[in-house]
Amino acid sequence: MSYVDELRNKIEEIEKGGHDKYHQKNEEKGKLFVRKRLELLFDEDIDIEDAFFANCVDPSLPSDGVVTGIGKINGQNVAVMANDSTVKAGSWGKRTVEKIIRIQETAENLEIPMLYLVDSAGARITDQIEMFPGRRGAGRIFHNQIKLSGRVPQVCLLFGPSAAGGAYIPAFCDIVVMVDGNASMYLGSPRMAEKVIGEKVSLEEMGGANMHCSVSGCGDVLVKTEEEAIDYARNYLAYFPANFRLKPNSVEPKEVKSFEKSITDLIPENQNAPFNMYDFINRIIDEDSFCEIKKKFAPELITGLARINGKSVGIIANQPRMKGGVLFPDSADKAAKFIQLCDAFNISLLFLMDVPGFMIGTKVERAGIIRHGAKMLASMSEATVPKISVVVRKAYGAGLYAMAGPAFEPDCCLALPTAQIAVMGPEAAVNAVYANKIAALPEEERPQFIKEKQDEYKNDIDIYRLASEMIIDAVVEPDKLRDELVSRYEVYESKNNTFTERKHGVYPV
Amino acid sequence: MTEVKANMAGNVWKIVVSEGDSVEADQDIVILESMKMEIPIATEEAGTVKELKVAEGDFVNEGDVLAVIE
Repeated sequence: MSYVDELRNKIEEIEKGGHDKYHQKNEEKGKLFVRKRLELLFDEDIDIEDAFFANCVDPSLPSDGVVTGIGKINGQNVAVMANDSTVKAGSWGKRTVEKIIRIQETAENLEIPMLYLVDSAGARITDQIEMFPGRRGAGRIFHNQIKLSGRVPQVCLLFGPSAAGGAYIPAFCDIVVMVDGNASMYLGSPRMAEKVIGEKVSLEEMGGANMHCSVSGCGDVLVKTEEEAIDYARNYLAYFPANFRLKPNSVEPKEVKSFEKSITDLIPENQNAPFNMYDFINRIIDEDSFCEIKKKFAPELITGLARINGKSVGIIANQPRMKGGVLFPDSADKAAKFIQLCDAFNISLLFLMDVPGFMIGTKVERAGIIRHGAKMLASMSEATVPKISVVVRKAYGAGLYAMAGPAFEPDCCLALPTAQIAVMGPEAAVNAVYANKIAALPEEERPQFIKEKQDEYKNDIDIYRLASEMIIDAVVEPDKLRDELVSRYEVYESKNNTFTERKHGVYPV
Repeated sequence: MTEVKANMAGNVWKIVVSEGDSVEADQDIVILESMKMEIPIATEEAGTVKELKVAEGDFVNEGDVLAVIE
């Protein structure tokens, strides 16, 4: 055999991954082979691969169970690490960890996005001294992720388990896409939970994709298939620049989708009656440009990327159709992370307000709603990208603050004629101020008195009064809002601020 | 069988179906009043309203069962 033939044979063997039976097992679960995943992910295929021969002296560990390299997505170079679950269930040995660390260092040097295609059983206990505790042990992977956070986009596609320490890879990514039925995240397996704490629980219930995307918030996007996850990632990255120094690329602007009902038709007169905020969003953004994040988690607040006149915009919108659009601890956390994401990568922000305030009561106080709400305020306040807030309907109490009210240096705070800004709504306010007086009145006189006081209150907070006091910057006709946003984002594009000088803030976490 | 649960604490303002009604997925079953807002609570699955567990004016906590759909 010639040298070249020997090399070719080795390459061919390694490219096959693990034993056939593991390929078959994956296929039964609807899981693709790692190299197929990469082929679908990149415009062409992986362009550069390093340490392909890692651990090649052991034929049972091709590439040591992970593929690392660089390829193009939407014409942009991105670095990737992708576990091969046909090789010892994608577990981490010494060289697996070193490969992951090196590709992260490459992403840092080149300032390009870093993708993690995770499908791994976790550490190889037999290799622990080599891969766990040291300077270039697995801990370094997370250290690198933390360092990369906000420098380059980090995306996790979770195709299988991400167990124990490995679960911190998704935790430190900007976004985690999970395949329903196959993806999971947990620190201790159900078997361990039963042994150690006596809990009997299924994997799906404890750490499944649906649970994480709707309850814990550790997952962001729930998809049915691996192909869908890959498509999502490709589309998502198109809204981002390669790193924090750059601005996102614009795309060809699209018109708004046409609808029978206008925005004006959509908004109910009664401030307390629900309407669907998605219908509103679709009437101001480029057609089919909404890329939602955390759809199933805290749905009373909508967060997603969109395009307005071809430019990336991050939208934070209260959803009156869910829980009245009231802010909860989870919705505040959801907003805080999303705002940080957009601000890190120079994506302008748009706040759409229809918010009765933060939830009250024992349950949320015990959950630390003040602490969680403070995180949202801090992220919003610190964001220095172009920031526009629109008061669609009510903006009561700290809801106005959290949604980039006038005090938090939005580039402008716009109001629709339906806007109502106040410490609290007329019903609550009259009740708070006149509770004793109302109680003292004969019952038949109460409705009349309450109505009079509510009308007085409404006059007091009239939106034109707030415009007159220059609290809001403009009152905009609802169906002209998009045009107004297009003009304003164009003007604000040259904004280049630093929030303040210091090491870092000390906010609640 | 699916249980329709309150997603936040509040008062039952209106019950918009009756026992025995057939309902579609995403159809509103109960409207709560909380934080001065109307909070529509819909069923995730289609079926027949087997039982209404609350009456108008009742206080409910997050997670309380409002109706059972079969």
